[in-house]
Amino acid sequence: MGLAERILAGDLRAAARLMRDVDDGFASALEELKVLYPHTGRAYIIGITGPPGAGKSTLTDQITAAFRLQGKRVGIVAIDPTSPFTGGAILGDRIRMNRHADDPGVFIRSLATRGALGGISRSTGEVVNIMDAMGMDVVIIETVGVGQDEIDIVRMAHTTAVVMVPGLGDDIQAIKAGILEIADVFVVNKADRDGADRTARDLAVMLEMGKRQEGDWLPKVLKTEASRNKGIDELVAEFENHRQHLFSSGRIDHFLREKCAVVFSEMLKDRLFSAVLDRITADGRFNSTVESICQRDHNPYSAVETMLAEFLNRPATSL
Amino acid sequence: MAERKLRILVGKPGLDGHDRGAKVVARAFRDAGLEVIYTGLHQPPEQIVSAAIQEDVDCIGLSILSGAHNTLLPRVCQLLKDKQAEDISVFCGGVIPEDDIPGLKAAGLKEVFTPGTSTEDIVAWVKANIAC
Repeated sequence: MGLAERILAGDLRAAARLMRDVDDGFASALEELKVLYPHTGRAYIIGITGPPGAGKSTLTDQITAAFRLQGKRVGIVAIDPTSPFTGGAILGDRIRMNRHADDPGVFIRSLATRGALGGISRSTGEVVNIMDAMGMDVVIIETVGVGQDEIDIVRMAHTTAVVMVPGLGDDIQAIKAGILEIADVFVVNKADRDGADRTARDLAVMLEMGKRQEGDWLPKVLKTEASRNKGIDELVAEFENHRQHLFSSGRIDHFLREKCAVVFSEMLKDRLFSAVLDRITADGRFNSTVESICQRDHNPYSAVETMLAEFLNRPATSL
Repeated sequence: MAERKLRILVGKPGLDGHDRGAKVVARAFRDAGLEVIYTGLHQPPEQIVSAAIQEDVDCIGLSILSGAHNTLLPRVCQLLKDKQAEDISVFCGGVIPEDDIPGLKAAGLKEVFTPGTSTEDIVAWVKANIAC
């Protein structure tokens, strides 16, 4: 029996192994994912993002406990950074979630970014799909600790929570572009600390300045103390409000189409690129072209057009 | 062709609260290019084994300084067997008397590192003995 069939039959080791095959880029994983795809699309996907140390893992732990009380099965994808120098990583998000480790209704997987820069790993979408096919009702993606511009999560999750903490900046930080624009819910965690009200107010003012049309979702700013389990019920209720809004407003269709378009175009880009790169690396043209560009014998623009013309079987002048 | 990335779980079973050694070793594995799932202090064997299965690690490295190694470490090996996951190797490091080592190895521990072992030796052992 293949991994996909075993996963659909409830085999945890098969699921864990396919996640690894995907992460390691094994070609065989694609065949399994093809089988699983019709069994995906059922899970509700929540993204938790924010700066390092904001409390994302602790919040994820508490949110998971709340969903478990509702009887929902929860998958967690927790992402931590890969060393740019050694390729190694310390994945430490599980420390905050250990109490769920032997709950059969929870499956936690730690992923390393492996060079991806958008706050999640390249394999995140597939790992979420595998959890979806495993029958998880909710999948929580906890991004790597992010700064201002790592927003890949927004296309992946139905609902994105941006977690902030007091003391990270003034109201000018709050009107800058980037991750603050992607939140469906703002969480000011560690709300017992000085400045929490100020941070919440700055975010609320920023939201009021935004232009909205009738029927648009207005993100709320919620205060939590994750380590004391304060504000979690309100946060989980707000997730549900946003989910209902997505469906009742019909925006879910737009979201899903956008998501599928991104998935398809990214995959096409990756596969086309590696198909071309593999071939020109194998026949030595990659190195010789780089060398001639370095020597100023060729320019990179024409070199790319020449390659494209060959691979697309069209004259270079038409590109 | 795609290459396997070695994944290892580092954790501390039982009740002792000294995690400096586990952190130093975790860091050494990171610097050797491994993905280390660090699960922290006070882990019951059941949680260690569930985490190892969910994370699909190649091996589990346990640090133990409490003296409870003869109880907790064989339990981890037994639980892995119960879940048909004995292909995941287990090794340990800590304050472990020489006399206890044969018993631990008989219970399924692949290697036992005692005080004074260098991180280079531990990393070299993992690279030589753990296939992914």
